[in-house]
Amino acid sequence: MPSIRFRLNGVETDVDADPDSSLLAILRGPLGLTGAHFGCGSGECGACHVIVGDHAVTACDTPLWSVADKEITTIEGLGGAENPHPLQRAFIAEQALQCGYCISGILMSAAALLRQNSKPTSTDVKAALDRNLCRCGSHNRIVTAVLRAADEMASP
Amino acid sequence: MTEPSPAPPKLPVSLAANSVLSSWIRFSREGRVTLSPGKVEIGQGIVTALAQIAADELDVDLGRVQMVRASTAASPNEGVTSGSLSVQQSGRAIRYACAEIRQIFLAAASDQFGVGTDVLDIKDGTISGPGNIRTSYWELADRVSLDREASPGAAPKASTRRALAGHSVQRLDIPDKVFGEPRFIHDTALPDMLHGRVLRPEMPGAKLVELNEGGARAIPGLIAIVRDGNFAGLVSETEEAAEAALSALRKGTTWSSGPTLPDESRLADFLKSEPVESTVIDKRTSPASGEARRTIRRQYTRPYIAHASIAPSCAMAQWSGDRVHVWTHSQGVYLLRTDLALVLKLPAENITVEHLEGAGCYGHNPADDVALDAVLLARAAGGRPVRVQWSRADEMTHAPFGAAMAIEIEADLDAKGDIVDWRHSIWSNGHAARPGRAEQPALLAGTEIANPFPRMISRNPPQANGGGADRNSIPLYDLPSWTIVSHRLTTMPIRTSALRTLGGQGNVFAIESVLDEIAFDRGEDPVAFRLRHLSDERARDVIRAAARRANWKPEKRAGTGYGFGFGRYKNTGAYCAAVAEIEGAEDIAVRRLTLAVDVGEAINPDGVINQVEGGAIQATSWVLKERVRFDDQRITSNSWTDYPILRFSEVPEVEVELIQRPDIDSVGAGEAAHGPVTAAIANAIFDALGVRVRDLPFTRDRLIAAMELSA
Repeated sequence: MPSIRFRLNGVETDVDADPDSSLLAILRGPLGLTGAHFGCGSGECGACHVIVGDHAVTACDTPLWSVADKEITTIEGLGGAENPHPLQRAFIAEQALQCGYCISGILMSAAALLRQNSKPTSTDVKAALDRNLCRCGSHNRIVTAVLRAADEMASP
Repeated sequence: MTEPSPAPPKLPVSLAANSVLSSWIRFSREGRVTLSPGKVEIGQGIVTALAQIAADELDVDLGRVQMVRASTAASPNEGVTSGSLSVQQSGRAIRYACAEIRQIFLAAASDQFGVGTDVLDIKDGTISGPGNIRTSYWELADRVSLDREASPGAAPKASTRRALAGHSVQRLDIPDKVFGEPRFIHDTALPDMLHGRVLRPEMPGAKLVELNEGGARAIPGLIAIVRDGNFAGLVSETEEAAEAALSALRKGTTWSSGPTLPDESRLADFLKSEPVESTVIDKRTSPASGEARRTIRRQYTRPYIAHASIAPSCAMAQWSGDRVHVWTHSQGVYLLRTDLALVLKLPAENITVEHLEGAGCYGHNPADDVALDAVLLARAAGGRPVRVQWSRADEMTHAPFGAAMAIEIEADLDAKGDIVDWRHSIWSNGHAARPGRAEQPALLAGTEIANPFPRMISRNPPQANGGGADRNSIPLYDLPSWTIVSHRLTTMPIRTSALRTLGGQGNVFAIESVLDEIAFDRGEDPVAFRLRHLSDERARDVIRAAARRANWKPEKRAGTGYGFGFGRYKNTGAYCAAVAEIEGAEDIAVRRLTLAVDVGEAINPDGVINQVEGGAIQATSWVLKERVRFDDQRITSNSWTDYPILRFSEVPEVEVELIQRPDIDSVGAGEAAHGPVTAAIANAIFDALGVRVRDLPFTRDRLIAAMELSA
């Protein structure tokens, strides 16, 4: 099997796998990163969003070969309990989820948005998250949490 | 003359059914309280609310409470986590158990120190009293046995003395979920685990004619192909290999056609022409009823609605001899075990069913079905655990759906336009076919194996448990007479079972729409009209609160409309009133929902508000978009493209006012909003456009049809 190399959460990573494998299968399988979730397998729900370069993509229909030499960030690389990302702090503060299955994908979409637009309006946030589905109806809390994180990141 | 003796105190229902105190609560020497409820987390925050209740009654910090996941190996049997009953049932049991346990420990400390319990105090688990006497739950844990029966009559704290219950606290499960920690069953890997997939037809109920295994056998990693009658699946070393083998297996498979499905465009005709079992749900007569001068007769329909959990259903199973261990996100571990025992023809003791969190399920989704799939496939795994996950398409095709409904209301009005008689008739499949409640199993693969069980025809729970298709069909309003009839279909071409609110959403939609129409015809404000027909003060309070909060009725602007809806879930649960603000013409946008809710004592107020907001948004999605689609053979809405739900850009602003009643027993919040929001949106459409929409969902096509009809 060919080896494909990319930077995953800041770490050089080599994977020996079928280049047509989905990025999600590789992340969740051999790489053991289960934060990106399988929801539909066809890029329609956003539960598997990760950041490739500066953009949120659906890992379930992103082939492994297409991320060769790219920079990939997953929820595990966004922050953890010891070093939470402002978005993660804001989602806890706003209690911005119910079941939470969609939330890692939504956090990654939001993180990609904030890289490109540090002062989004609520309309910007909704547009950025429009490809992420939430079935529990936590949308408004999620938008509030993203705006809260943006505020926090903007203030010195 | 003798005084009538007061009724003897009774244990809360869940505690009476599981009366050994140690089955609920244990203390460790290390300073931990282990709380073991029979209810499960499904994203509703129940685990946190129950921990709050326990910490409050025991006087320990919330951080000391460790919550144990439900398992048939150890947990109290609390049936199913459904019907917005968890705080009501589990919460009450825990409150009373903890109140008694606190007293047991105080008595032990009192014995040890020779002082009365009345001079002892407990702070964060430390028991102290005069003269620096001091012990704790943790020090006494080994000496105080909780392997004893709960006794009736424990006295929980007065609401004013509760420090945690009634206050918003952060949910215990949320940090893991925002940090991407493996918390879901989907993210759990067992040692040596294999991956299974089930081959299901596109056509529900189709028979397996030919299975050509060659292609699948050529895929590296394959462990086994399993066939048992019409049930077929495989087990592989990795998930990717399992997927690859499944597509190869699918290519070599021939299916018969399935049973013919009804005509989707004529749902009401279908529902009204099938054989039914008819039940008079309620009848009220009043000799004082006036004379009917005219009758308005209206029909409302609701389509089949999918649970459409964001996660496809998943389970794991592992055999050891004739014993099997199952990991599941089922809402009822004991009930699932009962059905597994029926299918496997094994004693229940041979089966352990353990809960792991899944995504929100909103009712009876395929969580239980996939557990049987895993059990059947794991038989071929040589004792290794097998994880099975459904595909999105199977999740949207083979799951039980919320039942379609046709509802007809006839209201007789007298010369003054007052309602003198009211007839409400429902045609629908049953709304419940959950596992563990019948002599036959309710699990999908049970109907597919070589000696199959018949598909369970859905039934309706009795009114005493909130009813099914008839849920919320008895008016809460002071009407002089009524007849409520439910016609349950005895055929079931499309599989149905419990979806949030069961029939409640449809019935509240119908009732509140007719009332709105009558109020409008009388030239009466719909809020005033409702208040004039309601004597229940809690009902009146939520209606007034929602109206006040929404500045009812806001001045009308072109292209906007405002509507009102009210309901008390199950007629015994949460009170909820909703005001909808909508905008648009052929395409409707819901701009704002303003709700007022009364759930009695709200244990975690922010959690209640979160649940009500979510219910309101989910209801908006049902109302504007959702409808299971099918042709004469196939469920065609098997992807998010074909079964669209509300997106971020379409979500209304939602405001929730919570009316706190700390001295009234809690009821659940998750299903309170669906009916009132549905009605409020329908009534707002009339306010904006002057047309009555009576067939859900209110899509562009439906609105155009309604406008043409009224023109």
